[in-house]
Amino acid sequence: MIEVKNVTKSFDDRTVLHGINATFYNGKTNLIIGQSGSGKTVLMKSLVGLNRPEEGEILFDGRDLLKMDAGQIKDLRKEIGMLFQGSALFDSETVLGNVMFPLKMFTKQSFAEMRDRAMFCLERVNLKGAENKFPSEISGGMQKRVAIARAIALNPKYLFCDEPNSGLDPKTSIVIDELLSDITKEYNITTIINTHDMNSVLGIGENIIFINKGYREWVGDMSQIYTSDNQALNDFVFATRLFKGVKDFVAQKRTTLR
Amino acid sequence: MILSSSLATFGNYCMFVRRVFSLPDRWGEFFRRTVAEIYKLGVGSIPLVLVISVFIGAVCAIQMQLNIMSPLIPAYTVGLATREIVLLEFSNSILCLILAGKVGSNIASEIGTMRVTEQIDALEIMGVNSANYLVLPKIVGFVAFMPVLGILSMVIALIGGYLVAVFTDIFTVSKYVYGLQALFQEWYVWYGLIKSLVFAFIITSINSFYGYYVKGGALDVGKASTNGVVASSIFILFFDVLLTKLMLQ
Repeated sequence: MIEVKNVTKSFDDRTVLHGINATFYNGKTNLIIGQSGSGKTVLMKSLVGLNRPEEGEILFDGRDLLKMDAGQIKDLRKEIGMLFQGSALFDSETVLGNVMFPLKMFTKQSFAEMRDRAMFCLERVNLKGAENKFPSEISGGMQKRVAIARAIALNPKYLFCDEPNSGLDPKTSIVIDELLSDITKEYNITTIINTHDMNSVLGIGENIIFINKGYREWVGDMSQIYTSDNQALNDFVFATRLFKGVKDFVAQKRTTLR
Repeated sequence: MILSSSLATFGNYCMFVRRVFSLPDRWGEFFRRTVAEIYKLGVGSIPLVLVISVFIGAVCAIQMQLNIMSPLIPAYTVGLATREIVLLEFSNSILCLILAGKVGSNIASEIGTMRVTEQIDALEIMGVNSANYLVLPKIVGFVAFMPVLGILSMVIALIGGYLVAVFTDIFTVSKYVYGLQALFQEWYVWYGLIKSLVFAFIITSINSFYGYYVKGGALDVGKASTNGVVASSIFILFFDVLLTKLMLQ
């Protein structure tokens, strides 16, 4: 579990996060949503230690990230897996080399053991057979799956995903969402997904934190979104005709059932 | 304003170098990457070094002959002067200025691209010291291979002058070879190699620094690459003066 308490972050004179409080549970897909520029990426980067907030606490199962020394942060990072928006695979390594990388750096396993573990992770994301290809030779969706395999190679306790569906078609997005959701439950990971893909929000959002203009505006799950009367949340989630139609349909259905 | 920003950049560079020179997380991985960098940066530069050296050596010999034709100057001076130019300046300073363009831009653009595609962030998140992991093998590999390039350049440049003697009648082979051997000072070879080691460090560390701190996209990677080459060239020239003053006077 990760607890965020009163986190404030500024750049120069501009405050981007205003006293954010949130709890991210293990075994659940936790979503951070919000418009572009709302501060969700800054929050994500603060959580993984790429930014340092001026105030607050970020507790990883009770351990405060902001009070850790360099050695403790290094140890904590071995428990963290991260999926980047652009996958961030190493161009010079094959798919197998990418997945084996964290094993090579942080375990004392033999090459055969590392290879077996990497192959297991690739199989888990349905990428068996692509291990000898380079990142430039596979599709965007496959790259995301390789990045997921790399992120889970060391059995992380915490998995961070920065816009995992960006640049993917809706069908592939659903595959990635389901994969992240399944892995979260299977390994009981605390998964935090930063997204503005409404399919993800309404499909796998078990604990949703809505950030608006640097403030935590709303917290709930995907079913509570339909009944929320928070104007900013409704304007954001149901901005498109499709999702507005979905909301109207759900509301109509509830009225009929009553 | 310029002074304060230059001092800030220099401070950041010193902190970057401090991060680079820490103990590697995995020695095996460090040696594997160092060998790969020796091959990519060092061995990959051999064709360029060969081509440039043979032509510059030939041109030096021709220019010497044309400019010092006088009955008062002995004919072997062509070989002697060509040798001194090659050993003292060409095979270290000029060669490194050229390599700053090839190797430097390669390093800055490679690391810069890794920065903008979040590969460096991925390393940091995993708990890897990215500066050490990416940059130290480049510095160690290129600095270790630089004497090979320097000696190769010296030999090939002198052969360039020799070829002029063989294929033209501007000056004779025997006088040229005699000139190469006349009044030889071994220290000049060491002086050239020491300078080239310093320049190799400048090329790799400064260009890595510019690549590592790129912010933005493809255009910024290009800018960083250019800035890295310009900065490393200026520092090569500055240290050329400094080292010459220290080691030859």
